[in-house]
Amino acid sequence: MNDERREDRSRPIRVIIAKPGLDGHDRGAKVLARGLRDEGFEVIYTGLRQTPEMIADAAEQEDVDIVGLSILSGAHMALLPRTVQLIRERGMDDVLVAAGGIIPDADVVKLKEAGVAEIFGPGTSIGQIARYFRENARRPS
Amino acid sequence: MSSGPAAPLDALGRGERLPLARLLTRIENGDPSVRPLLPSLFAAGRGGHVVGITGPPGSGKSTLVNELIGEWRRRGRRVGILAVDPSSPYTRGAILGDRIRMMEHAADRDVFMRSMASRGELGGIAATTWIAAAALDAAGYDPILVETVGAGQSEVEVARLAETTVVVEVPEMGDEVQAIKAGLLEVADIIAVNKGDRPGADRAARQLRAMLSTAGGRVERKPPPVLVTSATTGDGVAGLADAIDAHRAVARSPVAARERAESQVRRALADLAAERAAAASAWDETVRAVAERELDPITAAERLIDGNS
Repeated sequence: MNDERREDRSRPIRVIIAKPGLDGHDRGAKVLARGLRDEGFEVIYTGLRQTPEMIADAAEQEDVDIVGLSILSGAHMALLPRTVQLIRERGMDDVLVAAGGIIPDADVVKLKEAGVAEIFGPGTSIGQIARYFRENARRPS
Repeated sequence: MSSGPAAPLDALGRGERLPLARLLTRIENGDPSVRPLLPSLFAAGRGGHVVGITGPPGSGKSTLVNELIGEWRRRGRRVGILAVDPSSPYTRGAILGDRIRMMEHAADRDVFMRSMASRGELGGIAATTWIAAAALDAAGYDPILVETVGAGQSEVEVARLAETTVVVEVPEMGDEVQAIKAGLLEVADIIAVNKGDRPGADRAARQLRAMLSTAGGRVERKPPPVLVTSATTGDGVAGLADAIDAHRAVARSPVAARERAESQVRRALADLAAERAAAASAWDETVRAVAERELDPITAAERLIDGNS
């Protein structure tokens, strides 16, 4: 009984899954959202065609622990660093930003320099992502 | 966050968003630091109109809320939204998808929208939603819209919190008997038959009006207005916003305010009693006795309360 009560009070990790830019493919993002739900995360899904501003504003209002950006369009160099910058400008220094999609190795280095903590390519399992999120999300305040 | 307990309240008064967001997180998590803030949080309320939006899954609540936000923004109001979606009873995970319909307002500085998971509550909102609404009130949002999880017939908890409860139905809601069943429709202050661009919407509205005028809603109340809306075309949305605004005065009559307050205090009392009893030393032994059928649950509850009051 008491264990159950304690468990109720531990906080789930909150993640926003967003699709920046104009690509219209969100099957992967939805599969990930569902998978993270099953891993016990609270997943805020924003839908398609978001600007970096919309994503940063949503992340702020939702006070998420993690921002997950799914991008397949090839516009990642234009959109991801800008999104990280806007998130940091809003004072969210401790929020983990990660990305998934088709991103060439050469760009991965640059994106990490720009503050994207990790990039998950094709073939990554949901379990791997969930584990990474649990290990690297900010600690409960 | 480390500069004294009242610091977040000052930040709310200045309209800062991140401190509000972080306070909402602490509220949701039942963080012990929230309890001492409650008196000043409620005292800092600015009289924002708390409006519940409920109805079955897929009835268009989020899309309608999105349209209402647009309508109230055109009228110069700052709109706060708490949108609740269900938590999994198995993993406690949740998909919070209400933002999908509302992203057009994401970057509007005068709209604050927060998704909440129900976290084990079955009444359509989370246990902490009412405190979150108080925080949005202190931050100067008016109205404050509380969108429930997709509700069936008995998730009526939102009516305890909201001054005005809007029940969203669809034209295919069912026959006339559905309109006279107890539950969700009974707590409606306003009914919106959404998806009004579909055939049968006007007929459904007429049926609802006819049945509710004879069967009544809550005792001695006049039947709630039934409006036809279409969240996709925007038809009827301005009228719905008018009806909600008009209901504010009704909701604040001394009788209605007292009824709501009584319901809130009862709920707080029940929660507090349960919390204290569960923390008591006799808890494990008493629960064991019920499990082994030595004791009935009501006698058990009496003993726990009497031993700890």
